This record gives sequence, structure tokens and C-alpha cells, in this order.
Amino acid sequence: MPIVAAVIAGIMFGAGLTVAQMTNPRKILDFLDIAAIAKGGWDPTLLMVFIGALPMMFLAYVIQRRMRRPLAAPAFLVPKPSPIDTRLVAGSAIFGIGWGLAGVCPGPAITALAPTSGQIGSVILFVLAMIGGILLSQFFTASSTG
Amino acid sequence: MQNFMPWHGLTGGILIGLAAGFYLLSVGRMAGISGILESALKPASASFILNLSFLVGLPLGALLIWLISPQLVPRNAFSGSTATLIAAGLLVGFGSRIANGCTSGHGVCGLPRFSVRSIAATLTFMATAAATVFIMRHLVGA
Repeated sequence: MPIVAAVIAGIMFGAGLTVAQMTNPRKILDFLDIAAIAKGGWDPTLLMVFIGALPMMFLAYVIQRRMRRPLAAPAFLVPKPSPIDTRLVAGSAIFGIGWGLAGVCPGPAITALAPTSGQIGSVILFVLAMIGGILLSQFFTASSTG
Repeated sequence: MQNFMPWHGLTGGILIGLAAGFYLLSVGRMAGISGILESALKPASASFILNLSFLVGLPLGALLIWLISPQLVPRNAFSGSTATLIAAGLLVGFGSRIANGCTSGHGVCGLPRFSVRSIAATLTFMATAAATVFIMRHLVGA
């Protein structure tokens, strides 16, 4: 059952990214191009994605608080609150530079592996490099927690 | 704003939020893609199959939309050289794991629980990403 739920969640997530046009790097870069706010040509589609997604997820947390355990698993695995540290800020800064260079983050990269998106060579190259980056990060992880 | 697609963005965003919410309420986990991808690289881990299943679903979702209406599927428009793509991929993979989350983990899942870590992470990667685009488009590429 959890595996079926995971596939369904993945399909919904990939469908959402596709409808929102987030698998197209151009949409991301045109959003991040803040100079275009004044010049014209700015594309706030990504902002609409967050406006759509955040209330749904907020609602899910409201429901979660009334549940003892998830529907198809023994317990909730939700991170405990912890303070901001150097790793968080440095890692996010590095992630942002990569995101700004290509306009691709992990979800859209995997979703764009669908042959219907085109430029499959570029997508595969990006995904392989991203996996390389993940493996490299493990050298910097003292106590691994997944 | 000639390329602004508000309804596509809003509809897709709602689907993404429902997907992450469904994943939380059914499996009890965060739909943070970089973390899911990292676990899916470890066949020995207990949640390997679960994480892999989610990842397989992502391109299937794109195919599903293509079957419903091919016009809804964006054509990829990768720009930049091979070297840029490789550098970008390395930075995205490395940075997101050091920070324990990316756009989905900190953005979609962290912000609506008002996690201070996720708010800090999102503000940081938005700032460096916007700075990178500014440098690449208006200083280097001008």
C-alpha cells in the first residue's frame, strides 16, 4: 500500500509540475530575472505555483494534527524544529546558484525525463550531474540522516 | 509579462500541494525531491523502494498530462553550454543535500509549517538564484 501511495503522489506531483510549466527552465529563469520587473518581460508563473501549493500543504498539516498515524505507514516522519545553521544557509546558497545557472531543480529534472518534454540529452546530463553532486555531498555529511 | 501563465501555474501548484499533502497523510513523509532522490540512490536503505516509486511517478505524471492534452506539456528550453549544465547539476545536487532540502522540501513542504529553517533556506536560495540570473543575463551575457 505505501508503494502505491508513493507512485500516486509522484504522478500527481509530476503532473502538477508539468501543468505549471515548471519543467521548462525558461519559466524559472524568467521568474528569477528580477531586472525584468522594471524592464518588462518578468514571468511570475512560479509565484502562482506557490500560491496554489502552499494552502493545500497547510491544510494537510491541519489534518495531520488530528491523525494518530498516516493511512499507510506506522508513523509520521516529520522533521523536528531545529535552529538555522551554517550548513543550511551555505547549502541553500550553493543550491540557488545552480538553480539560477540552468533553471532546473530536482523535481522538474526528474519529471522532464519523460520523453514528451524534448531535449532529453540535456535532461539526462543534468540529472547525472545532480546525482554526482548528491554523492559528493555525502563526503561532507558527518552523521548521515537521509 | 507576455509569458505569464497564471492559471497553469495556479492549477499545477494546487496539484503539487495536493500531491505533497497526500504523501504526508498516506506515507507520513515529506515530499522533498532531493531527499527522496538521495534515498533512492541507496538500495540498502529501508525506504529505497518507496522513494524510487515516488520518483518513477514524476515522469509518469508528465506522460499522463501529455495523454490528456499534449499542448499542456511545455517544450523544454534548456539554454547554456554543456559545461554550464554539468556545473548547475553538481551545484543543485550538492547544495540541496547540504541544506537538507530544495524547492520542494523547504519551499512546498517547509513554508506551510512555518519552519524557520525552511524560511531561511527559501530566502537564501531565491536570493542567490536571482543574483546568478542577474549576473549571467545582464553582466556576462549582455
